[in-house]
Amino acid sequence: MTGDISITIDRDVCIGAGQCALAAPGVFTQDDDGYSELLPGKEDGGGDPLVREAARACPVSAITVTEKGAETSPAH
Amino acid sequence: MMKPATTASEPVTFPQDRTCPYHPPTAYDPLREGRPLSRVTLYDGRDVWVVTGHSAARQLLADPRLSSDRTRAAFPMTNERFARSRDRRLTLLGVDDPEHHDQRRMLVPSFTVKRVTAMRPRIQETVDRLLSDMVTARPPAELVRAFALPLPSMVICDLLGVPYADHEFFEEQSRRVLRGPSAADTQDARDQLDRYLGDLIDKKRAEPGDGLLDELIQEQLRDGALDRAQLVSLATLLLVAGHETTANMISLGTFTLLRHPEQLAELRAEPELISGAVEELLRFLSIADGLLRVATEDIEFAGATIRADEGVLFSTSVINRDTAAFAQPDTLDWHRPARHHVAFGFGIHQCLGQNLARAELEIALHTLFETLPGLRLAAPAEQIPFKPGDTIQGMLELPVTW
Repeated sequence: MTGDISITIDRDVCIGAGQCALAAPGVFTQDDDGYSELLPGKEDGGGDPLVREAARACPVSAITVTEKGAETSPAH
Repeated sequence: MMKPATTASEPVTFPQDRTCPYHPPTAYDPLREGRPLSRVTLYDGRDVWVVTGHSAARQLLADPRLSSDRTRAAFPMTNERFARSRDRRLTLLGVDDPEHHDQRRMLVPSFTVKRVTAMRPRIQETVDRLLSDMVTARPPAELVRAFALPLPSMVICDLLGVPYADHEFFEEQSRRVLRGPSAADTQDARDQLDRYLGDLIDKKRAEPGDGLLDELIQEQLRDGALDRAQLVSLATLLLVAGHETTANMISLGTFTLLRHPEQLAELRAEPELISGAVEELLRFLSIADGLLRVATEDIEFAGATIRADEGVLFSTSVINRDTAAFAQPDTLDWHRPARHHVAFGFGIHQCLGQNLARAELEIALHTLFETLPGLRLAAPAEQIPFKPGDTIQGMLELPVTW
């Protein structure tokens, strides 16, 4: 898990609960409209172990964490 | 993995009063056996599904086939007060996507983690002032009136741009909306709140201020994205939800801490535990028990079929004590990872104000015990009245001294 992932956020699904920014503040933030976005340069998670916790915390499964080479669906 | 749903024996009646204010009613014990899905009987004799498993709750609360639209004839109701107002179109909480998404989008910018962080100094100031007034007035005090209710009330007034000077009026109406003596009384309180906020909105249209209501008037009402009735409904919802829920968490949280001296001592020794402690209290207390939905089509789940038009109830107090998600769930433990509780709900309707609530609770509970280290109950715990089961849980009164 040393940056071998990519993170995508479905902003049409995001409800701005802020759970990701709360769970992994080193990777996620909220833009001025309240929607989830990645901090600059953190598209690969930056090796932060809290990324998966953030994906799991999202109440609408808007965050997808993709392993290098294999796709995983949002945690349930 | 998941056992088939049990529907054995007589359904439990829901809701019921708690026996101890910080534990689910003992009458719900059979529901713990029947995870993840069983049946309960509502006040009107109707049987509905009750979701009691944590993983099941996360899946079903995120399922678009379960509707929040209270105007649907088949929507389940847990008491006569809410049943009587079913034709009142409830914004946000009572609508499905895409309408819900559009309404939520208007509000989200005011409740982000960043915006809430910026509000913290002001929340701290308010907490300090309330506690200093309590100290000046000398012990004993009734903590609900002196602290638990005024704090969130002042914070939400500030945020919305509602004059706090009117707080006695809207606190009284909120109380009647959530637990008035009769359905007629609740109706009347809703009408009064709607009239008050409607007048306030009209006044603000003429003389804009700088609260969230003013922003919504400028950006949404003028553009026609919201009509006046919808804005009044949103304002009522934010005002009632904004102070009742947090006030109950402060009063019941304080009572719970005073009844758990070991955990309280630990929290005092390590103040950095406060954010984990707030999550754990949210999980443990689950003050908003019984989230409601209706199925819009048949759903196969855990070996059962939830049929279209059947009611589904989520008992957050039972879900948040699921041993599959939380080890020794009946124990208060500041060190457990509690954040995946469903005290704020889950799915598209998850609490809009959750981050504001967290900030208020962290600041309120930390500062209360720091300022008044000798805080204790001023009456025998068993004699302190708490709220009945058919509303948001919390203390009716909290006599304290220090």
